[in-house]
Amino acid sequence: MLNIENLHVTVAGREVLKGINLSIEAGKVHAIMGPNGSGKSTLSYVLAGREGYDITGGKVAFMGQDLLQMAPEDRASAGLFLAFQYPVEIPGVSTTTFLKTAINALRKKRGEKELEPVQFLKLQKEKLTQLGMDPEMLKRGVNVGFSGGEKKRNEVLQMAMLEPKLAILDETDSGLDIDALKTVAEGVNNLRSPTRSFLIITHYQRLLNYIKPDVVHVLARGKIQKTGGPELALLLEEQGYAGFYGDGEAA
Amino acid sequence: MPISNETLQTVQSLGQKYAAGFITDIESDLAPKGLNEEIVRFISAKKGEPQWLLDLRLQAYRHWLTMPEPQWSKVSFPTIDYQDAFYYAAPKSASKLKNLNELDPKLLETYKKLGIPLREQEMLAGVAVDAVFDSVSIVTTFRENLRKAGVIFCPISEAVQKYPELVKKYMGSVVPYTDNKHACLNIAVFTDGTFVYIPEGVRCPMELSTYFRINEAKTGQFERTLIVAEKGSYVSYLEGCSAPQRDENQMHAAVVELIAMDDAEIKYSTIQNWYPGDEEGKGGIYNFVTKRGICKGARSKISWTQVETGSAITWKYPSCILQGNDSIGEFYSVALTNHYQQADTGTKMIHLGKNTKSRIISKGISAGKSNNTYRGLVRVSSKAKQARNYTQCDSLLIGKTCGAHTVPYIENKNPTAIIEHEASTSKIGADQLFYCRQRGISQEEAVTLIVNGFCREVLQHLPMEFAVEAQKLVAISLEGSVG
Repeated sequence: MLNIENLHVTVAGREVLKGINLSIEAGKVHAIMGPNGSGKSTLSYVLAGREGYDITGGKVAFMGQDLLQMAPEDRASAGLFLAFQYPVEIPGVSTTTFLKTAINALRKKRGEKELEPVQFLKLQKEKLTQLGMDPEMLKRGVNVGFSGGEKKRNEVLQMAMLEPKLAILDETDSGLDIDALKTVAEGVNNLRSPTRSFLIITHYQRLLNYIKPDVVHVLARGKIQKTGGPELALLLEEQGYAGFYGDGEAA
Repeated sequence: MPISNETLQTVQSLGQKYAAGFITDIESDLAPKGLNEEIVRFISAKKGEPQWLLDLRLQAYRHWLTMPEPQWSKVSFPTIDYQDAFYYAAPKSASKLKNLNELDPKLLETYKKLGIPLREQEMLAGVAVDAVFDSVSIVTTFRENLRKAGVIFCPISEAVQKYPELVKKYMGSVVPYTDNKHACLNIAVFTDGTFVYIPEGVRCPMELSTYFRINEAKTGQFERTLIVAEKGSYVSYLEGCSAPQRDENQMHAAVVELIAMDDAEIKYSTIQNWYPGDEEGKGGIYNFVTKRGICKGARSKISWTQVETGSAITWKYPSCILQGNDSIGEFYSVALTNHYQQADTGTKMIHLGKNTKSRIISKGISAGKSNNTYRGLVRVSSKAKQARNYTQCDSLLIGKTCGAHTVPYIENKNPTAIIEHEASTSKIGADQLFYCRQRGISQEEAVTLIVNGFCREVLQHLPMEFAVEAQKLVAISLEGSVG
């Protein structure tokens, strides 16, 4: 599904990713853990196609396509979804309108018919109920005045509606209380399927108690320092990241 | 995070897409070029006008010669050569029509292309249309139905003949010819426009609208609209405008007067889509318009809603004189400028009566190298006890080369008045665009979505039929903007 080979990325003249190799198969859940400043968010933004990153080497294949050559909206229609660490506010545009625009834009790009308003509302209501969200939220401007928990739930709602092939969750657990964390995790677990993959980026092991990863990677100093099973996350929780800085450099 | 050059180029390459920019090839009856007393007499004679109106025109013309150009607005343009234009242009075939079947098919086609199918409109939508082409009104639909309700809806030149007492009484009563240079020129050379009269207690059974089209080259359009709403009546009126793409600047200097008696309500909406000029700022309409309403009666209400996307220069301040006690004035505005457009627009709320209320919501969007100014006056006279005003001005900037300006004037002579003013300026962020694009929404669609969200408070005041139209227009006007 996703194949990253020797990816190098520079931000404002500083090399942040120094040769990432990562391969995710269909149906698998991968977690990337790492300390602050290790390049976790850079990786998620580069995969989604945000501007402002210089890709100085390597390649990324997604569903057999050269991902780095694609516009962000084309990556989305190919099935890539990013749940933002800091979801953006769009005043005056209701969440419903936003979702409808997005879903129909994706369908159009894929050569599918736009959803009838009734079909759309039915789908939205279904997903909303699953996530235990307040329908009132849909009428408000996208993320405007939302609490931290509401914003993250809104990301999961969008993910559920847009049904991506690969969902990247960028620190979706940050700022969530335990109840919100459980709901968000449940939302993700409901979406797990043999054809859908996840890349979960997190600082803490906590989220991984609720979403069981197949593979855990440790990212530090712009490189993947270690890869293992779920037990690696537990080890990190105990010992911290201190042992993973590699190259003998200090943190 | 700055917007990359690539993004700028993508959006710019969308180019100019002014859909109403075509020219109708039709033979016109033109007045000799230039402006002098003879032209004023020529226009009056063309219309077969009574002496009092000719006298008024001549009086205005002589006064106009002495008036200075308004200098206080934040727009700049070369001095206008008033002699290098035609002041009267009418399709030859359009005179003395009995019904639509006699209308030149080219004209029918023109309006169809503009999305105002005069025939279909008559059958389908609940909207009556007065179609003004260059200097004359060519068709007014639904007149019979309206007449049954007692509503008069006709070209103003016809009203001069048929209802001289009403026209004489109200024309110039809200905007006197001495008001400003553009309004003064208008009365000297106005050629047509719309007259609406709603009798006491009548709720106008349908939306009324006028569609103004400038077609002929080097021609100015000077129309007048006069709406009188008697006690307890209600009317919703909409005005639309467009013009062909031409390299020269053309002038549109209209005057609109509204009069609302006790408990009457007038809702006046404008979708202004005059040709804005090209990407280099060449051509386009100079839109110098004076619009003013008076809430003469107690508890009367006048509400202006405008969506201004066109014109090279917009100079326009739809205003309310709140004379009746407990009367209400409202102004909802979206002004969008792109490329080299200049807009200086806003309102004046003049509180004279007790417990009068006014509300101003202005949304300015600037893109390209354009300049967008909100200019608004709130004046509370010493007798206007408990007057109340709320003003909100929001500006949205797209790109780095445009300008947004807010110039509020507040004059309060009554200590019981409550006046509030809020203003904000924001930018379409790269983060907002990226968020939309990550969800599959293209760059252009994302800009439209964000801008429409920004304008929502205003657009929702438009009649349903036009709100959708306005959203599309916002989208089109932003094409070629800086994303």
